[in-house]
Amino acid sequence: MSTDRTNRPEQPNASATNRTAPDAVDASAFVNAVDNRGDTKVALAGSGLAPGKPRKVSPVSRLISHPWFGLVIVALAVALPFIDSRAYTIRISTDALIFVMLAVGLNIVVGYCGLLDLGYAAFFAIGAYTSGVLTTTFGWPVIATIPCVVVAAVIGGLLIGGPTLRLRSDYLAIVTLGFGEIVRITANNLEFTGGPNGVFGIPDFGDFGLRADIATYWIVTVVVALAVLASARLGRGRLGRAWRFVREDEDAAEAMGIHTYKVKFAAYVTGAIFGGLAGVLFAVHQTAISPPSFNFLYSALILMAVVLGGMGSTPGVVVGAVIIALLPELLRGVENWRYFVFGVLLIVLMIFRPQGIWPHRVGETPAKVRRKPMREDDVEVVP
Amino acid sequence: MTAPARIRTGSGEKASWLLEVDAMTVAFGGVTAVDGLTFVVNEGEVLSVIGPNGAGKTSAFNCITGFYKPTGGRVRLDGTDITGMRPARIAAMGVARTFQNLRLFGELSVLDNVRAGMHVRIKQSAFDAILHTPRYHRSEQEATDEANRWLDFVGSRGNRYNEVRNLPYGEQRRVEIARALAREPRMLLLDEPAAGLNHNEKEQLLDLLRRISDLGTAVVLIEHDMGLVMQVSERIVVLNYGKEIADGTPTQIRSNPAVIEAYLGAGDDVEEEAEKIAGLSDDQVFGQGEGEQA
Repeated sequence: MSTDRTNRPEQPNASATNRTAPDAVDASAFVNAVDNRGDTKVALAGSGLAPGKPRKVSPVSRLISHPWFGLVIVALAVALPFIDSRAYTIRISTDALIFVMLAVGLNIVVGYCGLLDLGYAAFFAIGAYTSGVLTTTFGWPVIATIPCVVVAAVIGGLLIGGPTLRLRSDYLAIVTLGFGEIVRITANNLEFTGGPNGVFGIPDFGDFGLRADIATYWIVTVVVALAVLASARLGRGRLGRAWRFVREDEDAAEAMGIHTYKVKFAAYVTGAIFGGLAGVLFAVHQTAISPPSFNFLYSALILMAVVLGGMGSTPGVVVGAVIIALLPELLRGVENWRYFVFGVLLIVLMIFRPQGIWPHRVGETPAKVRRKPMREDDVEVVP
Repeated sequence: MTAPARIRTGSGEKASWLLEVDAMTVAFGGVTAVDGLTFVVNEGEVLSVIGPNGAGKTSAFNCITGFYKPTGGRVRLDGTDITGMRPARIAAMGVARTFQNLRLFGELSVLDNVRAGMHVRIKQSAFDAILHTPRYHRSEQEATDEANRWLDFVGSRGNRYNEVRNLPYGEQRRVEIARALAREPRMLLLDEPAAGLNHNEKEQLLDLLRRISDLGTAVVLIEHDMGLVMQVSERIVVLNYGKEIADGTPTQIRSNPAVIEAYLGAGDDVEEEAEKIAGLSDDQVFGQGEGEQA
């Protein structure tokens, strides 16, 4: 029953995309067949495509891909404490939002750039520990630790990315897995990180005259909303395109003058910054952090959110992260079985929707199409 | 059809050749794929590189564009030594290429594929993208307009807003050329652009190659379709077993006994064959050679 509630908003979208999917699959299978044969006779057979016509979009998917849709979601998130201000609700919602930020950050590395990272929780740990140690041991305010967190995350990204980004993705996955464990075990053994006890007594962002958990929740909401927006916009810009080029075909990207190593590095470092900042939010929210929070399972869960939602699709990844973060909570009704049910539900979802709940749609927005004829006059003048 | 604005690099006096390949050698283990290849490409010229399969044509392309490191010899672009440079750097210096087997970004839109060629010229930072500054909007609009213009230039008719892999094969070929042209190269290397095209599409390709040449871009072509090669090339370089066996105008190549031997195989009566062949049309002569390799 509780599962129903989470999935309902997605249902119309799911069926809407399903309706168009078979054509796309058929067409690509056809093109592949042509490609493999390299045969001239069939090459032109599929040219019945309407030139320059954007793909038909169903009203539902138009609604959910409307720019204001995200704003409505953010408004709802901000309004949550007015609807239900129980400490439990606020706590799991804050957890879910922080998880969204992690998923969106990992999406830059895995979804946009196609680099499989199995140790993403390492950057999360670096952020949480940097902030935690600076606030407790040195008495800094949380805000002041942010530049240090960014620097630490970038250094972490450089350390692991520098020597390994030349590797092919399968080897990269193994190295990142190792990196994640190294960071966790280092935190477990160092004196100033509190060893296995971790860091505790991490202060809030400040006193705003509100209930402390609600104040933190609102700050987290704003930061995560901005992070989601930033990652979505990055994905559409010049750098975002370069990431996708690298994911699709590294050689072809090189042949177009794109320095693939630098581009991969940028993805890695950007992902690290997102992870580090999420770590700050996590440290403040939990007030205490310890090494077991950053184990491999956590990295795997973040990756699962990305894959479940739809790699490279920001709204999909947000939905995926919310599901992964909240589903175990919503399944509390089935008591000891909840992680079993959780696992089965994930398997079922991946079987029936391997492309993710809300996959990235390639079709460009008609807005760009409409603007084109206006510039047609320029074309005559330029040559 | 209106061609996009481009910078003419008329530095003919400064360097006599645009590209200079000097005794280039590539060996993979015991196999020497390219053996002391030497040739030049002049500014704005259409040059074809032909030879039987396995002659080392694509290997030579890969060396020029930096995908392979030559084991010997030098490659110079407009007097600058580019031997062993990173492919991205060579591409940024004005060398664009297509691949023998299509290498498009299949999951991306046709427009995005062409925008890849403009990547190094789009003036936009990551912060512009995050903050949606006026510079972001301007540069994106320019990129879209230019991508559309290049797609018009190559005569692409497919849907530009959706995945390129959904286009028919011939259209994908065109998009790949548009992508390379969007790099605004001084030299364009095309690896078998006519492969898999039908007669009609080959005619259109011929026309396109001439229009590309009119832009002032040097075109280096690997091609098995001799009809196309003879019609479009100003000069032809013939390779066999990694070695250059001939370099000359289409007329010279047509009557070169070494070339005919390479294509038909050596025999006692090669001389006689050659004389006989000289009387035949190109398609008949080279058509056989092509069949052999397929």
